[in-house]
Amino acid sequence: MAAQGRHGGKKSNKMTALVVDDNTVNRMIHHRLLDNLGIENVAVVNGKEAVDIHCSGKTFDLILMDMDMPVMNGIEATRQLREMGIRSMIAGVSTRSMEREIREFIEAGLDDYQEKPLTMSKLISIIHKING
Amino acid sequence: MEVGQMQRRLVDYTKTLFMEGFLDAQFLQLQQLQDESNPDFVVEVVSLFFDDSEKLLNDLSMALDQPNVDFKKVDAHVHQLKGSSSSIGAQRVKNACIAFRNFCEEQNIDATLRCLQQVKHEYYLVKNKLETLLRLEQQIVAAGGSIPATEMGF
Repeated sequence: MAAQGRHGGKKSNKMTALVVDDNTVNRMIHHRLLDNLGIENVAVVNGKEAVDIHCSGKTFDLILMDMDMPVMNGIEATRQLREMGIRSMIAGVSTRSMEREIREFIEAGLDDYQEKPLTMSKLISIIHKING
Repeated sequence: MEVGQMQRRLVDYTKTLFMEGFLDAQFLQLQQLQDESNPDFVVEVVSLFFDDSEKLLNDLSMALDQPNVDFKKVDAHVHQLKGSSSSIGAQRVKNACIAFRNFCEEQNIDATLRCLQQVKHEYYLVKNKLETLLRLEQQIVAAGGSIPATEMGF
């Protein structure tokens, strides 16, 4: 899977992803799921770190964004990233089941939403959206 | 005990854990993520879950022991525990956390104390079961065998 080369013209053959989740077990599982698909990935622990890593100049093909996090939650982080002009695929992953809450998350700028826990098939369906 | 017997024992034990609701399909996901390049993945994630959970249970005990219980804090800890137990497939722990969060919302101190006991009970049960399962796997690998895939027809 080739990266789209939409960030600074640097083309690589590996997709890149950012995992944003405050839960250590989830970070480990999401990292392994992505690794298994050959996707280079890094993890941060809250929305503010997700914004900061983009401020430092890094971009990613895919962002897996948890909703409930301390310091800055996924809704606010998604909003800020979109305001910064980040066009990466942002997939919200959450355990929330209330339609209103999910809608608020989606309206913040998500490209996709998946209910946790994340599985291989859910991740693959997210990735198909990037390439499709 | 020869390897074939050990493998059958592992398969039967794993199936029992699913049937009794200790584990759900998410645990299968973890097993599928383990391969030759990551042969210890399940052990690593489960160990992380144990460490994380025990810390959370301690934090919960302390938070519920305060004269003025901060239910927001309690709920935040339970939310974390629910998240990790759900991610590794520890179904009964996850369900106990769901009930716990409902009582946190009601700010019911007696009920939340009972919930904490229930979550601890379920956690130590599944910890024991998982340690047994992982020990069976270790024995098979040590005897030169491979860990059979869990066929659950999901």
